[in-house]
Amino acid sequence: MQNDEIIRKINQLLIDEIEIEETQINPSADLKNDLGIDSLDFVDLFVIVENNFGFKMKAEEMADVKSLQDFYSYIINRINPN
Amino acid sequence: MIYEFHHLVPTPPRYLTTLFHFFTISPISMSRVVITGMGIYSVIGQNLSEVKDSLMQGKSGIIFDPVRKEMGFRSALTGMVSRPQLKGVLDRRMRIGLPEQGEYAYISTLEALKHAGIEQSYLDAHEVGILFGNDSSALPVVESVDILRQKKDTMMIGSGYIFQSMNSTVSMNLSVIFRLKGVNFTLSGARASGSHAIGIGYLLIKQGLQEMIICGGAQEINPESTASFDALNAFSIRESEPTRASRPFDRDRDGLVPSGGAATVIIESYESAMKRGATIYGEVIGYGFSSNGEHISMPNVEGPVRAMQKAIQDAGIKSSEIDYINAHATSTPAGDSNEAKSINTVFGSSRPLVSSTKSMTGHEMWMGGASEVIYSTLMMNNGFVAPNINLDHPDEVTAKLNIATKTTPFEINAFLSNSFGFGGTNSSLIIRKSR
Repeated sequence: MQNDEIIRKINQLLIDEIEIEETQINPSADLKNDLGIDSLDFVDLFVIVENNFGFKMKAEEMADVKSLQDFYSYIINRINPN
Repeated sequence: MIYEFHHLVPTPPRYLTTLFHFFTISPISMSRVVITGMGIYSVIGQNLSEVKDSLMQGKSGIIFDPVRKEMGFRSALTGMVSRPQLKGVLDRRMRIGLPEQGEYAYISTLEALKHAGIEQSYLDAHEVGILFGNDSSALPVVESVDILRQKKDTMMIGSGYIFQSMNSTVSMNLSVIFRLKGVNFTLSGARASGSHAIGIGYLLIKQGLQEMIICGGAQEINPESTASFDALNAFSIRESEPTRASRPFDRDRDGLVPSGGAATVIIESYESAMKRGATIYGEVIGYGFSSNGEHISMPNVEGPVRAMQKAIQDAGIKSSEIDYINAHATSTPAGDSNEAKSINTVFGSSRPLVSSTKSMTGHEMWMGGASEVIYSTLMMNNGFVAPNINLDHPDEVTAKLNIATKTTPFEINAFLSNSFGFGGTNSSLIIRKSR
């Protein structure tokens, strides 16, 4: 899966599953403060990522994921490690 | 009577009484408790107006559910309501923690608050509590464990199921949705849960500990929640005639029909209602409770008698002042018979009109104690008694009661509502027209 396709898919999942407003989607957006994704929503992201990208996120790897760009990068690196 | 600096005990120790006398401290009166709002989401109507019409028409909400038959149920009969569509109404976080019965309770509570003329700004500015009756949340438990068994990873369960699964799910969710700041818990008292919730709310307001409480009961309808009950052979198998299956007090009754939905009753102190200029739909004047102390599922006569007598004593009225009894009667052979004997023991001389609205609604279980207060209050405010439908032939015990088999124009000044449950828990509430 190409990187831009991964990003499009992440955006669509955030809109459909977490109900983030499309206008809020911005790579620099802070997941917590700008998008309102709290610790409970993160639990649901684990489910969404596994169901849609086929791998398990690890909680310890999410510590440095603050912005949407960080999240894109994390998913891209897990899918396309090289 | 209650004393200002000793709120928790109605009767103070003798030495305190002496002190009151010595210092001439006057006791203050307990608060009167009134009903100022109601909301209902039921198998006979999804709001007060629809429900009132169904009660007047004697309309049944019972259906045959083929899904239950396919699952292996002995009886596929049930009450049924549609699931409310809350997307776009509540945000995602509020929705995903709400189980089926929580959705029903949200809708009934919205109606009750509107009926009471209470807006969110009032809830934000006052200490309003919530007490709901709920005694299961089976489907979310089943679904989350199914996910675990399939995925072998708890992380795949997601964040919503825990808040859907707990018995306190309704009070837990609604207190957050409506930003409530008062008392907040759930009562699990089997099929008397909703009645006990109103009873405990009444006591808290009466004692001056709360000004307003959102009380009610909620009941899930999904088959998973009633499968183990079906296993007890307790349900009617009159599957060829769903609307005639629930027949409380009838000679040919063969079991109850499970049902559900939600009912919300706003109760508040008389002073609070007056201050708000609220319409008063009834006054809660008596709550009686008891436990049979016998069998886990077999009801007796003596326990309900004590509950009814305690409610009458609490209300400070004579039994002859009760004009109507909304019976618990669920259409089971033993339960209806024992309740008939209980009612006859307490009310044999005055013989008030009796009906079981479960003949139309089926057994709304955790919700029933609250919904039946609403059904009866609607009757009281609209001058009629709803019929005990399907009562074609009373048996020798039930024939002793004065049962309304047809819609009866009738002035109710005070009614008693019975709710009994497994473990022998009994609750009787008395409501009268506000004076």
